[in-house]
Amino acid sequence: MVPTTYYVGLSAILFAIGVIGVLVRRNAIVMFLSIELMLNAANLAFVAFARQQQSVDGQVIVFFVMTVAAAEAAVGLAIIIAVFRHRQTINADELRLLRW
Amino acid sequence: MDSLWFELAVSTIKALVVLLMVLQLAGMLGWVERKGSALIQDRIGANRASIFGFAGAGLINTMMADPLKFLTKEDLIPEGVDHLLHTLAPAVHLFPALVTFAVIPFGDVLVIGDHTINLQVAPLNVGILFILAMVSLGVYGVVLGGWASNNRWSLLGGIRGSAQMISYELAMGLALVAMIMTYGTLDLQAMVRGQGGHFLGFIPAWGIWYQPLAFIIFLCAGIAESKRVPFDLPESESELVSGFFTEYSGTKHLMFFMTDFVEVILVAGLVTTLFFGGWQVPFLARDGFHFPGGAELLLPNVVVAVLQIVSFSVKVLFFCWLQIMIRWTLPRFRYDQLMRLGWIGLLPLGFLNAIVTAVVILAWGQH
Amino acid sequence: MGFVLFFLLGGLMVASALGVVLTSHPVRSTLCLVVTLFLLAVFFIFLDADFVAALQVVVYAGAIMVVFLFVIMLLNLQVDPHERTPPSWRFFTLGGASVFVLAVLYLLRAAGTLLPGPGMQSAAPAGFGSIEAVGLRLYTQYLLQFEITGLLMLAGVIGAVVLAKRRVG
Repeated sequence: MVPTTYYVGLSAILFAIGVIGVLVRRNAIVMFLSIELMLNAANLAFVAFARQQQSVDGQVIVFFVMTVAAAEAAVGLAIIIAVFRHRQTINADELRLLRW
Repeated sequence: MDSLWFELAVSTIKALVVLLMVLQLAGMLGWVERKGSALIQDRIGANRASIFGFAGAGLINTMMADPLKFLTKEDLIPEGVDHLLHTLAPAVHLFPALVTFAVIPFGDVLVIGDHTINLQVAPLNVGILFILAMVSLGVYGVVLGGWASNNRWSLLGGIRGSAQMISYELAMGLALVAMIMTYGTLDLQAMVRGQGGHFLGFIPAWGIWYQPLAFIIFLCAGIAESKRVPFDLPESESELVSGFFTEYSGTKHLMFFMTDFVEVILVAGLVTTLFFGGWQVPFLARDGFHFPGGAELLLPNVVVAVLQIVSFSVKVLFFCWLQIMIRWTLPRFRYDQLMRLGWIGLLPLGFLNAIVTAVVILAWGQH
Repeated sequence: MGFVLFFLLGGLMVASALGVVLTSHPVRSTLCLVVTLFLLAVFFIFLDADFVAALQVVVYAGAIMVVFLFVIMLLNLQVDPHERTPPSWRFFTLGGASVFVLAVLYLLRAAGTLLPGPGMQSAAPAGFGSIEAVGLRLYTQYLLQFEITGLLMLAGVIGAVVLAKRRVG
């Protein structure tokens, strides 16, 4: 049997890749995809711990995380569409109206 | 260890048999479509393909002429397309349609020696969720096919097609939810076994008597998912040429085209399994016929299994034929009519059906 | 046997996750993420979470990623030539992420035996992770959260429609 720590380690690696994606990429959609990657890394950790403790609660939390991710993706993409209509770009470096 | 190899061999044989049967039937349905449409439209249809004057009632056409024609055509790739996506799209479109056949049971059990073989390629206990998952994955083929064509009318067909597919997925899911509630299980083989009883002694207890509305919703949603007329706006042969797969030729076009017929067989198979008793033959139990008068006809297990497979095949063929007839009878829906039917028509009906089923089950107990 | 499969699929998953982050074309990025989600669903099945695995494919890979693809196609996004990160930024991000991963892996190695619960070796109870088990919890113990999630979905749908609407006139 693969120990729980291996799954959590894999989850940490995926999370780190997601963080790199958010910080390094400037395309808003790819940043969004990296956020979804981070959420899924957390899901993996939850399911691994749920199996470790033989409690279904972990999977229920994953259910909620998925629904929250769905709502967030819908609204976020709508925002991206609205921004694109005005500025014709979704490059985070060029959307700097609110910067000091 | 010996039993492990045996299981592996049995699974492989089952998977191969199902796969080859489905692909063969998909090819033949192309021929049935052409001849069927010809009969409906009062013309002769394709009858020129023959070898030394022997046409074999369409066999030469389906097995040799049509596939050879597709396979030997030049693979045209338009300029400016993303090559990876262009090649990937047909495969992504065909894969979920074929894989879903793994959970459809085509017989009860086959007893060889002391091994009992379940006549279902993948005996999952979450069979219906697997079907929903594969239907969801089917959207990617359309989206990628439209996008990778570098052609704005294909893109239009692709976006329309995927919007249509995700809308009707919901109605399909709701119809399935009602069936899950009725039989209390997600396993398709258990559902078919549950349809073995009889009402009043001689009417088979098929799913359609329990869930007629779910049958209609599922049939409509299934035909919409496979993008056939009257829901074939993504393809719209008279407007968008071939819609999202216009820019594909040769083998890639064959894969898209074949997926159409594979999905016809899939919808027919699912409707048979859920609503018409699957492989159940009236009065046939595992050991033979048990007629209501008390007469019995005991049969060996192999004969029973063969009878069940034949029964399943006949029912599936009937529903394939039905879908082809529907195609050539009804006009195409306009896009807003299509969306309205999906969201404002089938979805509330599905909810209503689920609520009524739940109330009835609470009041009278399950099944 | 389990280890071989774990490292094989885990390696594939890390590769496709890197593909999400490193590819310049948004559509290929999205497809890499779909592959990652699919592999995650396979891992969920290994962890006896059948219902969550099916949900992952139906909801995440089958619906949310399709919405992403829709938006990319609607906006006709191609490779962006103006996208560049300052080299110093890249260095610090990579360094920080590596430090994080190494710290977590070290912690896991040191404290792995201290995790509470029966552990992975003991077989899961029958029906663990099935739709009945999760559904029962959702509708009894977590009913309030379930209903609030419904409201959240409603807010999300309304918000998305309002934000993306084209103002006429």
